[in-house]
Amino acid sequence: MALSRRQRARLVHLVTTAVPLVVLLAVVLAADWSAIQHAFFQPEIAADLFPKIITVGVKNTLIYTTFAFLGGLLIALPIALLRLSSLKPYRWFAATYIELLRGVPAIVTLIAVGFAIPIALDWRVPGKYGAACLALALVAAAYMAETIRAGIQAVPRGQTEAARSLGMSPTRTMLTIVIPQAFRIMIPPLTNELVLLVKDSSLVFVLGTTTDTVELAKYGREAVSRTFNGTPLTVVAILYLCISLPLTRLAARLEKRGAPSR
Amino acid sequence: MTAAIELRWLRKAFGDHVVLDGVNLVVEPGEKVCVIGPSGSGKSTMLRCVNRLEEPSGGHVYVEGVEVTDPDCDLDDVRTRIGMVFQHFNLFPHLTVLGNLTIAPRTVRRLSKAAATATAREMLARVGLSEKEAAYPAQLSGGQQQRVAIARALCMEPDMMLFDEVTSALDPELVGDVLQVMRDLASEGMTMLVVTHEMAFARDVADRVVFLDEGEIVEEGPPAQVLGAPTHERTRRFLDRVLNP
Repeated sequence: MALSRRQRARLVHLVTTAVPLVVLLAVVLAADWSAIQHAFFQPEIAADLFPKIITVGVKNTLIYTTFAFLGGLLIALPIALLRLSSLKPYRWFAATYIELLRGVPAIVTLIAVGFAIPIALDWRVPGKYGAACLALALVAAAYMAETIRAGIQAVPRGQTEAARSLGMSPTRTMLTIVIPQAFRIMIPPLTNELVLLVKDSSLVFVLGTTTDTVELAKYGREAVSRTFNGTPLTVVAILYLCISLPLTRLAARLEKRGAPSR
Repeated sequence: MTAAIELRWLRKAFGDHVVLDGVNLVVEPGEKVCVIGPSGSGKSTMLRCVNRLEEPSGGHVYVEGVEVTDPDCDLDDVRTRIGMVFQHFNLFPHLTVLGNLTIAPRTVRRLSKAAATATAREMLARVGLSEKEAAYPAQLSGGQQQRVAIARALCMEPDMMLFDEVTSALDPELVGDVLQVMRDLASEGMTMLVVTHEMAFARDVADRVVFLDEGEIVEEGPPAQVLGAPTHERTRRFLDRVLNP
């Protein structure tokens, strides 16, 4: 029997709603809830983690992220400007930097900065957080440089022309006219980068962290091997969300606040 | 006397496409010259070569006797003496009207904040927008934005002004206010090089009208002659199209 167009639409709607629901229900029914609770949700184990998981794990994750982000921004700005330079060697240098550090896993860069540089130069990045923060900053800078370049290029050319026609130098035009406008365009992708960094900071374990420099994820894994239970991982996941969700909310606010003047 | 602007055999090509093909033009201090011509005739490019927003492919450009096309020329310094107004205003959207007007005087001419603000208020009054000094460009109409753009250029106290089709992007009812500001400026003796489609403005204000077509100056002279009794066929055809659409 042929279905009318409306009947067919209804059928499609019913199927697309029902199938996922049935799958979900099957998973919920099949799951061994008591086993899950035993392995991942034991209140006593979770309670034992506090307060040290905050005062050490979360604190160090925030330290790695903050310094890596600010350092990355500081390195990324000149790289982005070199990328936009009219001089070919500058552009090549910037492009090579970006491609190299984006193309190599962050963990390799961490090892390079933490172990290869000390061997090659007989010099070690100072500070107990130094090497890890520098390595993360170098990686983040590669991504941020592309973000900044795109932001700068998104500012209409007429803005530069107007500033230059008033006698403003290229540098001053860039700093006072182009970058402030580019910054607003860059807020969403930079937030993205910040949230990625929060999670990438979990890689610094490869450099061998000590009890006072250990970050959240490693702290959680150590707790797992100590307690033979997965509950610390659940706590770690929730704490990561507690860090990254406010950041994305804040960025959304910043983005909105600037909007009416455009 | 040194000419305000002098173009000698000015050439500009984008790849194979020749936009300006040997243009010679002299604008004396205090003179008002209007440039007319079909779209794509090279009018805007010619104007943009004067302050080298566009890099000429050949020929020479002099501003008050200084060769702008000389690679060693202090371009930023020359540009402080040439005010420019654009078709699309190009106000800085992240700054208030007052910010737009004071940023170049403060950073380039190194005026104090108080001095720059005083000049800015004076210029805003001239264009009739004193009450808008705290507004952002997006809060203004097109006509108001363009008057702010004129005031911004005037705040550098330039010796001459370049106008690049400044009323082309405006709604018809907003054109009058902008043209009035330009008429006032002309009557105060400002040297003006104006690319425009406003034939009435050219007839009333210009000392000289230049007709540009296909990258060359076809005809120039007093407005009554060029607009009233053109000698060239190309000028006649253009005016016929513009005046009897």
